[in-house]
Amino acid sequence: MSSVLIALALIFTQLSLLAFGGGNTILPEMQRQVVEIHHWMTAQQFGAMFALAQAAPGPNMMIVPLVGWHVASWPGVLVTTLAKFGPSSLLTGIAMQLWERFKDRPWRRIVQAGLVPMTVGLVTASAAVITQASAHEWILAAIVAVCTIAALTTRLHPLLVLAFGALVGLSGVGQI
Amino acid sequence: MSTPASLADPEIARTEPTVAQLFSGFLFLGLIGFGGVLPLARTMVVEQRHWMSGKEFTDLLGLCQFLPGGNIINMSVAIGLKFRGPLGALAALLGLIAAPTAIVIGLGILYDHYQDDPHIRHLFAGLAAAAAGLLVAMAVKIALPLRRKPAGIAIALLCFLAIAILRLPLLATMLVLAPISVLASWKLDKGENTP
Repeated sequence: MSSVLIALALIFTQLSLLAFGGGNTILPEMQRQVVEIHHWMTAQQFGAMFALAQAAPGPNMMIVPLVGWHVASWPGVLVTTLAKFGPSSLLTGIAMQLWERFKDRPWRRIVQAGLVPMTVGLVTASAAVITQASAHEWILAAIVAVCTIAALTTRLHPLLVLAFGALVGLSGVGQI
Repeated sequence: MSTPASLADPEIARTEPTVAQLFSGFLFLGLIGFGGVLPLARTMVVEQRHWMSGKEFTDLLGLCQFLPGGNIINMSVAIGLKFRGPLGALAALLGLIAAPTAIVIGLGILYDHYQDDPHIRHLFAGLAAAAAGLLVAMAVKIALPLRRKPAGIAIALLCFLAIAILRLPLLATMLVLAPISVLASWKLDKGENTP
């Protein structure tokens, strides 16, 4: 158990410090570690946890305590939450002391602009990885497509989109 | 909507939150935010509770977006720290994630207990597909502004290839591609500034 907790702490500490551009940029790495390297859950289980996290309110990184819960119960929740939110929060605190000095410097704007393509690549990769794990039946692929189009062309509340997918899924149409 | 009075007397209009108010304010945000907590955070902090001005909020957001970690997580820490030091930061962060954590673990427990039931399994499969759809839509939205920037597109595609196809480690990918991307950004910036 302690080796699992240590592994969780190391993984999520690294993810904490690499999550430029928001939480969705680190999903592929999280999945790679949790599913492919450590085999703590399947890709489909990871996709389901991502969905549960989307269905919960709050920041979009609530998959973190969920993964911790699934892997190592309450100690897992505590370790993953501290590891994911602790280092980046410390960095925020340190950076605030320096912000007045460099906020108007040209290099900050250039660095920030330079990270935009990275963010696009990473979020797109996240979408690909999560979709691959989720759309393993034709009806599920259809749900992905319909929900994508709905989210792009309407202002439907995300919960309504999720509810639609869940209800179609519940019908069992097209699923084994 | 700022009143003329608050513009005329910014010091009087500002209200400094206590540690308890930081916790309860961010607890509220954690409970009602779906999809995007950030717009709600601005409404609460600037317009409803007058903890800071719109400009101060935007300034702080610029910092938080520059740093790793989610924007709203960093904002809760930064706002808490600004008004009540480390204890304020801890209160704001815990307030933000306490309720969502409890809810998401509740959902996780349900999932663990019932995932072998065919109906529940189908429901969760549909839910996961819908969540994937939302993520695809987000990817499309943030990719669109890049469509007229060949250098940015190239970096994004390389990043996608490394992470989604080759499944390379994120750390290695960022160490290689981020400096290249920033350098390209700097070159473009120089190019735009040259008469």
